[in-house]
Amino acid sequence: MSDIILEIKNITKLYPGVKALDNVNLEFRRGEVHALVGENGAGKSTLIKTISGAVEPTSGTIIVEGKEFSSFTPSTSKENGIAVVYQEFTLVPVLSAAENIFLGDFIRHGWICDQKAMNVRATEFFKKLDIEIDPNEKVKDLTTGYQQIVEIAKALSKNAKILIMDEPSAPLTTNEVAAMFRIVNALKREGVTIIYISHRLEEVFLLADRVSVLRDGGYVGTKDINDTNKDDLIKMMVGRTLKETYPERNFAQDENVLEAKNLTGNGIKDISFTLKKGEILGFGGLVGAGRTELAELLFGRMPIKSGELYFRGKKFVPRFPSDSVKKGISLVPEDRKRHGLILPMSVKDNLTLAMIKRFSKGLIINKRAEVEYSNKYVASLNIKTPNIMARVRNLSGGNQQKIVLGKWLGTDPTVFILDEPTRGIDVGAKQEIYKLMTDIVKSGKSIIMISSEMEELLGMSDRMIILAKGRFSAEMKREEFNQAAILKYSSESVI
Amino acid sequence: MKNKKIVYFISNYGILFVFVAMFVLFSIYAPNFLKINNIFNVARQISTLGICTVGMSMVMITGGIDLSVGYQISLVNVCCAYMMAKAGINPIIAVALVILMGTTIGFINGVIIVKSGVMPLIITLAVLNVLNGLSFMISKGLPIFGFPKGFSVLGQGTIFGNVPISLIIMAVILVLGAFLLKKVYFGRYFYAVGSNEEAAKLSGINTGAVRILAHTLCGFLTAIGAVLLLSRTNSGLSSNGAGFEFNVITACVLGGVSALGGKGNIFGALIGCLIVGFLENGLLLMNVSAYMQLVVKGLLLLTAVCYDTYMIRNSERVKKIKAINANNEA
Repeated sequence: MSDIILEIKNITKLYPGVKALDNVNLEFRRGEVHALVGENGAGKSTLIKTISGAVEPTSGTIIVEGKEFSSFTPSTSKENGIAVVYQEFTLVPVLSAAENIFLGDFIRHGWICDQKAMNVRATEFFKKLDIEIDPNEKVKDLTTGYQQIVEIAKALSKNAKILIMDEPSAPLTTNEVAAMFRIVNALKREGVTIIYISHRLEEVFLLADRVSVLRDGGYVGTKDINDTNKDDLIKMMVGRTLKETYPERNFAQDENVLEAKNLTGNGIKDISFTLKKGEILGFGGLVGAGRTELAELLFGRMPIKSGELYFRGKKFVPRFPSDSVKKGISLVPEDRKRHGLILPMSVKDNLTLAMIKRFSKGLIINKRAEVEYSNKYVASLNIKTPNIMARVRNLSGGNQQKIVLGKWLGTDPTVFILDEPTRGIDVGAKQEIYKLMTDIVKSGKSIIMISSEMEELLGMSDRMIILAKGRFSAEMKREEFNQAAILKYSSESVI
Repeated sequence: MKNKKIVYFISNYGILFVFVAMFVLFSIYAPNFLKINNIFNVARQISTLGICTVGMSMVMITGGIDLSVGYQISLVNVCCAYMMAKAGINPIIAVALVILMGTTIGFINGVIIVKSGVMPLIITLAVLNVLNGLSFMISKGLPIFGFPKGFSVLGQGTIFGNVPISLIIMAVILVLGAFLLKKVYFGRYFYAVGSNEEAAKLSGINTGAVRILAHTLCGFLTAIGAVLLLSRTNSGLSSNGAGFEFNVITACVLGGVSALGGKGNIFGALIGCLIVGFLENGLLLMNVSAYMQLVVKGLLLLTAVCYDTYMIRNSERVKKIKAINANNEA
């Protein structure tokens, strides 16, 4: 009887052009809390997907309690006692807590559910977790923290021996996080192994027995929590060199284009910053730090509660996105497939979508002008498409992103807000997007860039603002950029 | 705590007050409305609606809809009438056969919806036309009548003195339906599928089978309702069920069965039926024209659907704001 419950051996996962996991070896002991840390894109989520069977590794084996598997499906993963608590809960809001725990496996006599028995069992689970939840309460009436606990109890009801928690503290309030910690410790006492993924290093030190670090898809090392410290871990996490080349530039001028004073609302608290003409202002921070929420405020998608916004020195209150577009602020959203493009429509129709009025005489669209415009941008942005009538759905991510940019370029905006501009785009296309961004600032326009990629933030920003938990955490000039400092400010809980 | 319960009651059963208010108004303004004969008359008329509403509730709770129920009623009417009056088949066998037919139609609806992945609205709209055409072909557009004696007992007979038999049948089905949705495991699956299909799937539930089952039960119950209607009207006509789906869906939505799935119960649906039934009756007694009745019913459904969607959106927004505030305080 070894006390290694789960072993990962030589796991490699290749995606076209990307090595997501590179020969990773890891061991998890029975009844330990094992933290997994690493930057965005380090391979953590691919690794847990491999363990949960959602992703099949290109090579390597997984050993659960001595049983060796070379391919691992979601059902074999479940059968071997592995459960994942994702950030997005898999609960049914209208059913009770108890019913959710036993969903798919109701306790019943013949056709009739034994709600009493389920409530009793659910209460037992909650007791084990040291928490009081009314098993009759509908899940939609529970707080996020309690919903997460129901999700954990659901995993336990399936006799999970290994519980993977992916950023469990992200959606929770401080009090809820404390309760969640208690539960993790209670589970540990029950002999459950917990694989805990978190960006917040202080949590790792509060909770974990051991911690493993991944970087660029490779395994860096595992440490006993008592033998390491925060700076040490950060050193292990970064140590990454800039692989890509970033265009040289400095076009920032003194003139302020956009100025925010004590902006509050939509989960954002008291944020002030200025954006200069010809500048790329980077916004860094963890997922959920409030960067996208800030963009929504600037773009008029969500109401500003208090604080002021000045556009070219004049007060500006964006109430609807159309207000912002009129002023010349455009947003390239994070999820381009859902919010940036109309996938079944053609390249031409997407490119001209935001300015179709300009091509129209009265109610009739001037098709020739439209075609001319589209051809011009397809050429100047180097969009690789068979012709302008091709459906956007069939193009690659990089080309799709260029079309979103092209859509706004035609409206000649002054400020671009780019939310994760190169997510899911291959290396070559990335370079082209970077060049495009450089051209944009060269022509005197300004860019706000939200990015979770450290390299991109470092390489593309002229100045950087780090957010944490909806608040301002730090501001850095280009010459002060420093990976370790950025990580530290990002994971800081600003109170 | 007590306050919370009152708010909960009002937000869930507010429609009950609407019904009471409407009932009181008609009692005052509509002649003969409050007569016991009129009440039982409405009860008799309502039984088909009530039974169909149970079936529709199940479909809507799973997140679907069935527009074809109206013409299912027509086809069942025409077929049942044809078998009894023209083919001389024993009424019991005829009824059994048409109930089997209705169940099959529901099953087919469900299978096509699940296997094709097309919106239930479109599928059942197409099926509606097929059924309509079939019932006209069989009846040639003429009423079929002359049923064996005794068949009319179902829809017209009374028991315990004055209580209509059809009312008893409806009550039994309502109770069974409520029990199924609350206590039987696949009844709970209806809610799970309608509320979060992905979660249900990940929990190992065969969500396709669940949706097919809901449509099958809907077909089964619609056929029972159709037989009661035939027995009451004593004449099989291919226009018998035309537009009936509208009453059924209105009753469901009024009763709090959400058009977005996952929400609703039989008690609410019953109140919805009562409103639709007594509204028709009251307007008739007040000599309001049939066309005006359509306008009123249409507006009623419009209001109910908008209200339902507004409430759902509002509660989501309130929740999001609460979560953000909680986070900021912490």
